[in-house]
Amino acid sequence: MEPRVRLVAILASLALLLVVLELVRRRRLLERYALLWLFSAVALIALAAFQPLLIGIAELIGIEYPPSALFLIAFGFVLLLLLHFSVAVSRLADQSKILAQRVAIMEERLNRAGVEVPAEAASPAVPPGEPARYPERREAQGVR
Amino acid sequence: MDITSRYLAVVPAYNESSTIERVIRSLRKYAPRYDVLVVDDGSTDDTGARARARGARTARHPFNLGIGGAMQTGFTFAKENGYDYMVQVDGDGQHQAREIAKLEAAIELDSDLDMVCGSRFIGADYRYPAPISRRTGIHVFAFLLTRIVRQPISDPTSGFRLFNRRAIALFARDYPHDYPEVEAVLLLHHHRLRMREVPVEMSERGGGVSSIRSGKSAYYMIKVLLALFVALARRRPIPEPGDAAPVVAEHGI
Repeated sequence: MEPRVRLVAILASLALLLVVLELVRRRRLLERYALLWLFSAVALIALAAFQPLLIGIAELIGIEYPPSALFLIAFGFVLLLLLHFSVAVSRLADQSKILAQRVAIMEERLNRAGVEVPAEAASPAVPPGEPARYPERREAQGVR
Repeated sequence: MDITSRYLAVVPAYNESSTIERVIRSLRKYAPRYDVLVVDDGSTDDTGARARARGARTARHPFNLGIGGAMQTGFTFAKENGYDYMVQVDGDGQHQAREIAKLEAAIELDSDLDMVCGSRFIGADYRYPAPISRRTGIHVFAFLLTRIVRQPISDPTSGFRLFNRRAIALFARDYPHDYPEVEAVLLLHHHRLRMREVPVEMSERGGGVSSIRSGKSAYYMIKVLLALFVALARRRPIPEPGDAAPVVAEHGI
């Protein structure tokens, strides 16, 4: 592999690794979701740094140009990460559904017990598809 | 069904402020023994406020979950409040309260039934006013379901249904997401609960917008077909009590 390609690949993977670590350190990224990212970054660094490993893999799967193999493997990780997030999103969607249902039933019970739940409390704070009302607050939450 | 039984009518409603009062009124008139729970599925209009002003119990989702989520709130409510029978009546005025008696009659006749569905497609009045694209889908599902559950199903998308305690408990635990009626039939079958259809009349929608727009028919069909095949592919489609849930809330997030 040409030294320049190699250098770029190593630096890019290293940058990815550092960004992920920093995000975890600042608690912007849960360890649970960071694991797969860290694994991807480390694997890419290893492949870019140790030539024989990459060339071996490229030959094994019949790729003539080793950097293409690096590309393919990186693409594989991207697919894996996306799938991982789809699963995570599905779980969150299910959890938020259950929460919304519990809230609805509990508010009904409160209303029946004579506790007035203000209409605004129950109304959608942000209409679906609309941008969040307080974008600056989200920023503030991330920085600790 | 006896004198001590408790009855609940669940009205899922999403932006149905033009019809919700009429639906509640006719339930009071034609089905007076039913308590009415309106599940306001995150409406952006005053559906919930109108329902409450009419004296209906109103459970309001903080955001829109879709008809499946709304119905599951109804099932959970029915289960937790000890109702013996629950009827689903759509908030758009399509289902007529005076037809509930026909659903009840089926259970009176055969007390082993867990769910009774009102069908537009059996009986004398076969002229249900629906766009052709939607009717085609309904008949495709009917054809498939009839073969899968090995009993005649003519109107699998009908939401006009009466449930007993067992069906309520099942659906409180697990109810399909987006377009739930078709899958619910399959779910019931997998759990060896019994259902049958009875002919009912339905009116055209009194107002509002159907959750299935004609442009979405193709998407709807594909999604439900996928869901049907997924449900078939699962050896055990739902967790029984005591099993791990398919989606587990993890600790320590």
